[in-house]
Amino acid sequence: MEPIIVVRDLRKIYHVGEVDVHALRGVSLEVPRGEFVSIVGPSGSGKSTLFHILGGLTSITSGQVVVDGQDLSALSDLERTRLRRQKVGFVFQRYNLLPTLTALGNIEIARYFGGKKGPLEKEMLEIIRLLGIEHRLHHKPRALSGGEQQRVAIARALVNRPAILLADEPTGNLDTENSEAVLELLRSLNRRFGQTILMITHNPEAAAFADRIIHMRDGRVVRES
Amino acid sequence: MINRLVLENLKHRRLRTTLSALSIGFQVTMILAVAGLSRGMLQDSMNRARGVGADIWIKPPGASAISLSGASMPQSVLRYFRGVPHVKLATGTALQPIGGISTIAGIDYDEFVAMSGPFRFLEGGPFQSDDDVIVDEYYASQQKLRAGDTVVILNHKWRVCGVVEPGKLSRLFVRLHRLQELTNSEGKLSQAFLKLDDPSRTREVVEYLKSQPELTGYSIYSIEEFLSLFSMSNVPGLRAFIYVIIGLSLIIGFLVVGLTMYTTVLERTREIGILKALGASPFDIIGILVRETVVLAVAGWAVGILLSLGAHWMINNQVRANLQSEIAPDWWPIALAVSLTASLLGAVYPGLRAARQDAIEALSYE
Repeated sequence: MEPIIVVRDLRKIYHVGEVDVHALRGVSLEVPRGEFVSIVGPSGSGKSTLFHILGGLTSITSGQVVVDGQDLSALSDLERTRLRRQKVGFVFQRYNLLPTLTALGNIEIARYFGGKKGPLEKEMLEIIRLLGIEHRLHHKPRALSGGEQQRVAIARALVNRPAILLADEPTGNLDTENSEAVLELLRSLNRRFGQTILMITHNPEAAAFADRIIHMRDGRVVRES
Repeated sequence: MINRLVLENLKHRRLRTTLSALSIGFQVTMILAVAGLSRGMLQDSMNRARGVGADIWIKPPGASAISLSGASMPQSVLRYFRGVPHVKLATGTALQPIGGISTIAGIDYDEFVAMSGPFRFLEGGPFQSDDDVIVDEYYASQQKLRAGDTVVILNHKWRVCGVVEPGKLSRLFVRLHRLQELTNSEGKLSQAFLKLDDPSRTREVVEYLKSQPELTGYSIYSIEEFLSLFSMSNVPGLRAFIYVIIGLSLIIGFLVVGLTMYTTVLERTREIGILKALGASPFDIIGILVRETVVLAVAGWAVGILLSLGAHWMINNQVRANLQSEIAPDWWPIALAVSLTASLLGAVYPGLRAARQDAIEALSYE
């Protein structure tokens, strides 16, 4: 199957004061469309930097990254903004819902930036049902449990039907029961809707939910399993 | 959707939003109160000038048309005016400032009444002695005076002989010669008024008077000309004063909104990161802050109008300073423009800071 993500010899150097920090030192990988991939590695291994580059949140220093046919190597800030709107959905460890909006408002604002208007599509309503949040849509984040907030964040990430869903430690703030539920949901979304998912995690049990596990260390991919 | 986010953001910090709107409201009130006060004072002066009933108004050389000035015109000039063709009546008054913008008018009662019509007494009646003062209802109400009371004006005790309806030249009247004695201006007038046998000849008589060599330097106005002088631009310093108030309002609004938006941006650093991750461009971020600013400015403007209505009532009913205020709705758009300009200027730096915020740093902001 044609890969939806192609990364070749990706390098990223951060300039911190007068010190150059080599966050990625030549990462290469391919992710076929519809695959659920876990990226694991210790802190400082470069997995978050890879996540930020794939999500268009930061530029690359050298190498090549292609997401859904779009080369990210030479994108301007505005082009990366467009990429985030159309091709990427984020799920964060701390949910990152906007506290002033309801669950539905959080979903709708992502949809607004994605350029869509009107009522939610049938498929999105099905995803919301699958996530089990249809009765919590009119509550603000402070009235939702951690598990519910993360499910809203997943719905928000999927509302524009992105090419890839990037999940950064999505179960990091959840208890075991909620963690398992969220991971099951991610796997269901992957199976049922063919959603490509890249998930960063420290947790080997969480990583095991994926089709493939990529191990990173010191800015390099060291192993796949 | 963005409007909903903007409103929810403002509702989320109700106290800050309320205080910001109130602060903007006070700057709007400042502008509207000054404009309303200026206009009210001018309109009141116009009404009282019109109430004299004269066709021609004459000021001595060197006297400003509508500012307060002492007596410097020889009283004998009235005889000259009475001899001018078509002049039916001529009388003169002495005006003496008594503090603030208030004046007391010395009048020849019979001549003044012949020109302007009889006083309408609400209490008491005409002068009975040289130390009598007639006050209008407005002054009596502000100073809580009634007929028979004693009042000290110009370091002199006066007996209030009558309270009259307002609308004739001044709020206080005493006998002309008594005021001249007290102010060491015997035989002098501040202004003269002429009534014609045929008001349609006013222009002709004004031109005639202006052409007389012995009246060189005198300011001679038809009543219509004289009333047209009652505008903000003809009151020395008034326009500059209003500009200063507008300038101060701009600065206050700029500082208030600047500080509000700056703290908002700092507080919402993480949310800005979330919005960027969701695909918001720098323009979207600035747009959200601009909309919040506009809502604050408009809410503050509305609050300011309400406060200015309160100030209007206070000035007209509670302040004993002989001040008159008018509601000035034509200044509402100006006040809105000032509050919007100040607010938007105040939002520029916080807006740019938010727009330039690095999404990754913002998302990791605690």
